[in-house]
Amino acid sequence: MGRAPFVVPVSGHEGCQIGTAAALVPGVDVWVPYYRDLGVVLVAGLTPYEVFLGVFSKADDPASGGRQMPSHWGARRLQIVSHSSPIATQVPHAAGIAYAMRYRDEQAVVGCWFGEGATSEGDWHEGLNFAAIHALPVLFVCENNEYAISVRQDKQMAVRDVASRAEGYGMPGVVVDGSDVLACYAAMRTARDRAIAGDGPTLIECKTYRYLPHTSDDDDKSYRPRSEVDEHRHSDPIDRSAAYLLEHTIADAAALETMHAEVTAEVEAAITAAWDAPDPDPATALRYVFDEPDTTTT
Amino acid sequence: MTETNLVTAIRETLHSEMAADDRLVLLGEDVGARGGVFKVSQGFLDEFGDQRVIDTPLAESGIVGVAIGMAMHGMLPIAEIEFADFIHPAFDQIVSEAARMRYRTNNDWTCPLVIRAPCGGGIHGALYHSQSIEAFYAHIPGLKVVMPSTPADAAGLLRASIRDPDPVLFLEHKRCYRAITGEVPAGDHVERIGAAVVARPGTDLTVVTYGYERHRCVEAADRLATEERVEAEVVDVRSLAPLDMAAVLASVRKTSRAMVVYEDNRTYGAGAEIASAIAEEAMFDLDAPLVRIGGPDIPAMPYATALEHFYTEPTPDHIYRAMHELARF
Repeated sequence: MGRAPFVVPVSGHEGCQIGTAAALVPGVDVWVPYYRDLGVVLVAGLTPYEVFLGVFSKADDPASGGRQMPSHWGARRLQIVSHSSPIATQVPHAAGIAYAMRYRDEQAVVGCWFGEGATSEGDWHEGLNFAAIHALPVLFVCENNEYAISVRQDKQMAVRDVASRAEGYGMPGVVVDGSDVLACYAAMRTARDRAIAGDGPTLIECKTYRYLPHTSDDDDKSYRPRSEVDEHRHSDPIDRSAAYLLEHTIADAAALETMHAEVTAEVEAAITAAWDAPDPDPATALRYVFDEPDTTTT
Repeated sequence: MTETNLVTAIRETLHSEMAADDRLVLLGEDVGARGGVFKVSQGFLDEFGDQRVIDTPLAESGIVGVAIGMAMHGMLPIAEIEFADFIHPAFDQIVSEAARMRYRTNNDWTCPLVIRAPCGGGIHGALYHSQSIEAFYAHIPGLKVVMPSTPADAAGLLRASIRDPDPVLFLEHKRCYRAITGEVPAGDHVERIGAAVVARPGTDLTVVTYGYERHRCVEAADRLATEERVEAEVVDVRSLAPLDMAAVLASVRKTSRAMVVYEDNRTYGAGAEIASAIAEEAMFDLDAPLVRIGGPDIPAMPYATALEHFYTEPTPDHIYRAMHELARF
């Protein structure tokens, strides 16, 4: 409809995002996502209405009140940690949060998500190294979709699996099919149990693929053939999940149709409501650079 | 009141704050068993344990990044960068993350963090143990940049920095560590961040400065009073962000002559900001052109004694002579 000026597509990543996020416990664990993690933040408790407040940069956008680009998540009430646009800067934050959890004797973990491009950054190395040295409760999740914008994995690293790097830090590395939502959940659940037991972090690599460009400003036709994209669509995580439900008679076709209609209606309602929500007041642009002690009470 | 040097004032303040609040942790390179290369945390590991006094890997971005995470989950981390010259890998974590956290989340998430870094030259530290870094960071909204030059100010401003709800870069001039002694008020001594102080009162000209240069300026001003009966007022801003221009302007309007003295490279240094603010606000109060003295525009201080001396004293007694010329203008 052209109302969203900037969008970060998720399609193709749903399996690994929902599967890994579902193993965390809302209200207990902390979520450190990156910009593609719509599925993660929905599991964490962000509502579709709140997502679209961000898309339309409205005053009540919980991440930033319209200050950051869309898909730059954050919501303290849900323990979704704010992140920026520079890549992998959130990885040391995840280690620090996990350090604080253990220091405060919390039975909780940090989930930290990123793409395979992030693993080239120094901050990624520094965060994993610190977490491993102190055996911190962090679950590092790599959503490996083979491309960092346009740069193919073989130009990003000389190894086939990001997970193989885990050994260099002294933590387990696991490769999982990112389109298999249950496999992703199982891997994350095992890693969470391990972290809670005090056995330290795990690096989970989900092999996935993004069907759409990096963002609405990207043209992926310049760096990958359509045939490659079409081939990956054969293992769409949503289709596979639906097939699983039908095959195991957990749901029938009518139930899936109903679910789809309900979700579509909810999203449409969220779009309408968010579109009508107030824009930020320009006068607030100067606020909250620093703490503003409450001057209305004495 | 006890007479002590600046590094001891910092150690004792850190100690009393850590003893009073177990949310405080110290992390950095060599802060544990070694007690810090300047002995700031000597004995802390034994007293507070390795969960609160953390020897980190040699990775400055990681030190600050981990500290940010701690700050976002209920702790009050104090990150030590061994030398300010080594802070540059952490620039992105400080600028893009810590300093922007409150603003980018519309006041939802905050980052109460102190980053301590020994800075400045004149101790034969050469190009990579002498740098002045304050101007890079004073440019960044959301970050406070503090630089005390006396033991009392170090204690009072460090305590204020630890209790501040936002990130603070706390710069400690290495030449002040043991060379500068003074009395520190006993007990819970806190100085307000963003308040300049008159280091030496005067009526004939105003010298705005900070860090170790404060002491050189006071020494030159004392000599000028004795030899020429010229009374220079030395204003130590004590923090570059926020900058107490009200105090600077009050002094300038009183004396009608102003100069700025700083150790950092002259071009785009903090003195440029102070000088331009004086020009904007007090041009017609001035009886003489503004004078700006900064370090030469070379990459920090060379090692050889003669070369280092050229940086700090490009011509003998240059601060004294500049003050004298300004008074006579």
